[in-house]
Amino acid sequence: MDEILIMDAAERYLNGQMSAEEKAMFEQLRQTNPEVDQLVVEHSHFLQELQHYGGVRDVKHTLHEVHNQLLQDGVIKEEELAGTAKVVNLWKRYKRTITIAASIAGITALSISGMTLLFTPPNNNKKIQELVGVVNDIRIKQKQQDKTINEVVKKITKLPDGREVTAVGSAFLIDGKGYLVTNAHVLRKSKKGAIVTNNKGEEFRVVIVKMDDARDIAILKIEDEDYKSVNFIPYGIRKSSTDIAEPIFTLGYPDNKFVYGEGYLSSLTGFNGDTLSCQIAIAANPGNSGGPVFNRNGEVIGILSTREVQAEGVVFAIQSKYIVQMVNDLKKSDTALQKLKLPLNSAVKGMDKTQQVKKFEDYIYMVKVY
Amino acid sequence: MKPETIDLDLLNGLARNERTAIEQLYEQHYRMVQTFIINNNGTADDARDIFQEAMILLYEKARGGNFELTSKLKTYVYSVCRRLWLKRLQQLQRFGAPVESLEEVTPVEEELEEQERRNEAFSVMDKALNHLGEPCKSLLEAYYVHKKPMQEIAESFGYTNADNAKNQKYKCLMRLKKLFFASYKNGN
Repeated sequence: MDEILIMDAAERYLNGQMSAEEKAMFEQLRQTNPEVDQLVVEHSHFLQELQHYGGVRDVKHTLHEVHNQLLQDGVIKEEELAGTAKVVNLWKRYKRTITIAASIAGITALSISGMTLLFTPPNNNKKIQELVGVVNDIRIKQKQQDKTINEVVKKITKLPDGREVTAVGSAFLIDGKGYLVTNAHVLRKSKKGAIVTNNKGEEFRVVIVKMDDARDIAILKIEDEDYKSVNFIPYGIRKSSTDIAEPIFTLGYPDNKFVYGEGYLSSLTGFNGDTLSCQIAIAANPGNSGGPVFNRNGEVIGILSTREVQAEGVVFAIQSKYIVQMVNDLKKSDTALQKLKLPLNSAVKGMDKTQQVKKFEDYIYMVKVY
Repeated sequence: MKPETIDLDLLNGLARNERTAIEQLYEQHYRMVQTFIINNNGTADDARDIFQEAMILLYEKARGGNFELTSKLKTYVYSVCRRLWLKRLQQLQRFGAPVESLEEVTPVEEELEEQERRNEAFSVMDKALNHLGEPCKSLLEAYYVHKKPMQEIAESFGYTNADNAKNQKYKCLMRLKKLFFASYKNGN
């Protein structure tokens, strides 16, 4: 209650509603009583605050009213950004944000790819390097092994020093004095010459007597002191052609080893109707070239020469009559070959295959061309 | 009349919360402020807020009585609005393009700081009054803000006599004071 009285007094004092006498008394009281004085100051300050608040609020109110009024009257307009669509406005507003976001994304992408580039390639390279290294190692080892093998081989081989075998084929004796028949294409890769090996692994030097590329037949002669002439050849060379479906077999050196193969005569002509050769159904591989094709009587009916790449088991052999033809031609032109005598009759007729092969194996040679 | 005099008259009108003066101020300056704000990532609503805040600042200045216009009123209004809008943009963290400043500007930083303090007091008082509740709020406003005579207040609020109303008013005032100073201290 006291406070209310003082407040009332203070208000009247501040508003100048006091009489002179009362005012003097009140001022006296303020001076003597600091509490009252403080209260008066505080009250006056607070009232100012309150009045200020009211004033500002009223002005705000008026401002809103005026704004709405003017808006209604069309004096002011809530304009949009002139000539620009909302999207453009949005773009304009967030341009910076978007730009920053985009650059951050860009920088991130770049740095990630940079990191990837920085860290990954060495790994990749290393892997590749290692792989290459391994391959190199293998190659080096292979070379070393080859070298060692060559050194070992050299001791027994009749290959001239520094020569490497470039092609391998098969051949068979047609005369005990050392005449061999093979394919001309076996020797085509020859740079210097060839040697032949029998199935025991003995090597003999040979010279090329005649190469007939047209017939794809070549005649070699063993010229080696280690070679011992044979008087007898168990098979014969058939002069005439054979019949389709006749069972046949081959002997040769595919893959550096003596291999027996069995099949039948499937056509009297060769590839695309070639009359020089005939078609046989047999498994043949590189190295079989030049090998003899026997019928069941042990007669040579052809020289195994080619096979069709796109079809399995389609093999072509040069017909044996062309061997006879060629030898006869040679005899006419070369007197040195007058003594060459083709075996015409088979000595193994009626024998079973194993016996026949056993008889034949010594007469089939491997040709190593260098 | 010289332009300066017209400006001063308007300001005095504003200080007295005269509607015509406020209308004129609006007509003369609002468009400029709105264009500026819309061109700088703002909306019409933003423009309204900023302009009215500037008007309040002018009101305070004019009421203070010691206001001297060092530049044209237009420049002053523009400067205040520009400053206020920059600040708002910062608070909103809209990375707008740097605010274009084609118009002449005058430094207004100090005034704005002062205004900020007053705004704070205003909001504290507003809060305290709202906290006070009715009928205290209306009673105090009727007497202190609208300066209505006690007799009239007593009648409209249904008090038996003016003294009764007066007593009630003081009680309300004491409560308001407490609320005001409590939150003012907390606020600081």
